[in-house]
Amino acid sequence: MIAALIIVFREVFEAGLIVGIVLAVTRTVPHRNAWIGGGVLAGVLAACAVAVFAGALSNLFAGMGQELFNALILIIAVVMLTWHNVWMARHGSELAGELRAAGQAVVDGSKSLLALAVVVGVAVLREGSEVVLFLYGVLAGGDTAWGVALGGFAGLALGAAVCLLTYWGLVKIPTRTLFATTTVLIALLAAGMAAQAAAFLEKANWLTMMDNVVWDSGWLLSDGSLLGKALHTLIGYTDQPTAMQLTVYLAILLVTFVLMRLFGGPVKAPQPARG
Amino acid sequence: MSPSQMLSKAPLVAAAVLASIAIAGAAKAQSATEIQLSYKDRKFDPAEISAPANTPIVIKLKNLDAKPMEFESKTLKVEKVVAAGGDATINVRAQKPGRYEFFDEYNEKVARGALMVK
Repeated sequence: MIAALIIVFREVFEAGLIVGIVLAVTRTVPHRNAWIGGGVLAGVLAACAVAVFAGALSNLFAGMGQELFNALILIIAVVMLTWHNVWMARHGSELAGELRAAGQAVVDGSKSLLALAVVVGVAVLREGSEVVLFLYGVLAGGDTAWGVALGGFAGLALGAAVCLLTYWGLVKIPTRTLFATTTVLIALLAAGMAAQAAAFLEKANWLTMMDNVVWDSGWLLSDGSLLGKALHTLIGYTDQPTAMQLTVYLAILLVTFVLMRLFGGPVKAPQPARG
Repeated sequence: MSPSQMLSKAPLVAAAVLASIAIAGAAKAQSATEIQLSYKDRKFDPAEISAPANTPIVIKLKNLDAKPMEFESKTLKVEKVVAAGGDATINVRAQKPGRYEFFDEYNEKVARGALMVK
């Protein structure tokens, strides 16, 4: 039962962190619970579908289907997170301010919520399909199934606790600095996910340039440990990054910074409204 | 060449770049060491495999059990779900000499094996 708890907790830990961050980022946006809840639900359903078709998925692309699928959904999440940051740089002050009609702000707000709901769905899907496969294997096996299932659900509950702790920790931050904090958090989250996507493409042999390992800090902090795993999710820490992963990581940070400068507005003169 | 012509060539250039990356990948895969591995009743067979150092390794894993398993190695940075009765191809980048442990994440205590890189 303890083994099952650990396995399930390890898988849902990352999703818990991400959902917690997204809840904190959107805490002032109306209807956010429905959107985020929808994202989690869609993620769970998609995870079940992926688990059912795991064999078929694996066999795609000369046996590299799983790696490419993971890379693809990570790239989608990176685009959504970056878009959210750029959108907030442009509209964040308007949302809080007086310029816009409330109705329009809600419509725009839900566009950004959709992006974050997709991110939540992707996080749940990635970790969830492994949990579903594991629990299915146990229940199909018959031996000591109830104890293991109980452990599995306890692991899920612990993952939800991580989510709540992340949320409470972040909402303690005063509103004035919350925006800056979450912007940085989301940019690092996106950069880390992009580096992970690069790692999956490397495993699939689709990305073979610059695959030398730049450093090995496993002696200092293994990315298999709980702290290493938390940093892996939050800022993309890995103990043996390749030159390509590092380049992609820095490129995403740079792109986010440049796009936020280009489209962000309150400091500059008022820009003509677009779209 | 006008700007619009150049733009219309862009997809071609992108395709050429992607193709050359794919060819480089294929060339790399050919020089890799291929190792056959099977998994049955929570045991890897053989439990110890070996490969030369500094060359890429490809592990061909067959899961003969009626349950899915997840092949994982922390030191090799590999994690892959294998469906019940399914097979999987696992690419491992060139490694330094040493002992690299792997296991089935769903049965971590009993289902273990190691790759010796010499």
